[in-house]
Amino acid sequence: MKKLINNPNDVVTDSLKGVALGHPDLLEVDLENHIVYRKQPKDGKVAIISGGGAGHEPLHSGFVGTGMLDAAVCGEVFTSPVPDQIMEATNKVDSGKGVLHIVKNYTGDVMNFEMAAEMAADMEDTTVASVIVEDDVAVQDSLYTAGRRGVGGTLFVEKIAGALAEEGADLEAVTNVAQKVADNTRSFGLALTSCTVPAAGKPTFELAEDEIELGIGIHGEPGRERRKLQEAHELAAELVEPIIEDYDFTGAPIIALLGGMGATPLSELYLMWGECAVLLEEAGIKVERVLVGDYVTSLEMAGCALSLLKADDELLRLWDAPVVTTGLRWGA
Amino acid sequence: MAAFKEKIDANSAELTDLDRQIGDADHGSNMVRGVAAVADVDLGSIADPGTYLKKAGMAMVSKVGGASGPLYGTLLMKMGGALAEGELTKDSFFVALRAGVEGLQARGKAEVGDKTMLDVWFPALEAGEASEGSLSEALAVALEAANQGAEDTIPMIARKGRASYLGERSRGVKDPGSASSVLLIEAASEAFGD
Repeated sequence: MKKLINNPNDVVTDSLKGVALGHPDLLEVDLENHIVYRKQPKDGKVAIISGGGAGHEPLHSGFVGTGMLDAAVCGEVFTSPVPDQIMEATNKVDSGKGVLHIVKNYTGDVMNFEMAAEMAADMEDTTVASVIVEDDVAVQDSLYTAGRRGVGGTLFVEKIAGALAEEGADLEAVTNVAQKVADNTRSFGLALTSCTVPAAGKPTFELAEDEIELGIGIHGEPGRERRKLQEAHELAAELVEPIIEDYDFTGAPIIALLGGMGATPLSELYLMWGECAVLLEEAGIKVERVLVGDYVTSLEMAGCALSLLKADDELLRLWDAPVVTTGLRWGA
Repeated sequence: MAAFKEKIDANSAELTDLDRQIGDADHGSNMVRGVAAVADVDLGSIADPGTYLKKAGMAMVSKVGGASGPLYGTLLMKMGGALAEGELTKDSFFVALRAGVEGLQARGKAEVGDKTMLDVWFPALEAGEASEGSLSEALAVALEAANQGAEDTIPMIARKGRASYLGERSRGVKDPGSASSVLLIEAASEAFGD
């Protein structure tokens, strides 16, 4: 394993030290509790927290700042944070208008955030609302799984809810818009390689030179199906079809994310977006906003994922609203 | 719990390896962190085993993260909360363990057969409850049932947790949480053995 790390057990702390030293103007980092805070909080607005395992950067610490998250709670690599951390962050960011937790749908994340919300209800004066993100169509929506995973669509939820909170909307309105975004997003990903969790020391799974994995998540785990590598225009269909079969994206403006899994060059991500764009056009889907790049990653997994949000004028307005974070910055 | 720590430390690579195959390769390191946190619990201020188990559970919740933290934490906290004061008997142990396992089920919302740690804990609990022997004998049969339960998870398709995303591909590998649960029952059996 070749990584730019020190002791594998210290990767999260060491990385956060760099975040703190890199962005003292934007961010306040609690190194002991592994929480990244917005440096200049805005008093009297609904606060928004998200978090999860490390390894998906820029998600979530890269989305802390004006117009997006007030805090990001960082667990160990691919491991949910603990209730104590979530409570610490919740109490710190609450300015009396309540706190929204944006939770990706993984057993660990859901349980730890649930336990923290229980603690908040029991102990504190803080009102906590939660929205679960479950946009991945690769997992069949069934009674027989842990449910759909929260993947690239998490970015859409954080940006749009963040914008509404920044405008001073109340907790109910912010929660509703977050839920609306979560409900109207679908994603699907594929991988050319797995990734190596530092403490594990070797890749989570192996793919042959001519193999790809379809229907991946963001934790380096295998997907639903292994296939032979094909050309990009064929692979684009593998991304687009499951998404548009699952939900009707016609008749509305669409926000799209062609996200890299961490190790794929930007030129290839744009190439894949180009192929997807052709297919979406052919399907009568009107894409109005596009993001291409590494936003919701899985360490150094090679691959990409497509996320589509069925938007409307309000969601577009909130998407366009100013945001100042290390991972996303426009309008200000 | 000290014996559990030794077993986790000795087996963490194997636990990680199981979790690499049907998870995200962090169960071993997560459990190592958890048992280290339990080892840090200050025994000085604790008067009874019930309180100790609650603190051990809280340490797991506070330090492990993932799914294992809340699940092991709830198991231990609920067991600690139900442990009667006074001498530990076979009955008082298994009454408390039942509370722990039911708490575990409520937290994780799994059923037996979902390929989770419940597939070890329920068989172990029921075997121990049914035993008419001493605590040590009951734990011995519980351990046998636990080992069998863990083996039985191998052909199952996972319906909970990260392994469930793999569908059919989750077959053929032992559930990592089952494997670590066997280690805890083994530690208990040794600690309370003759």
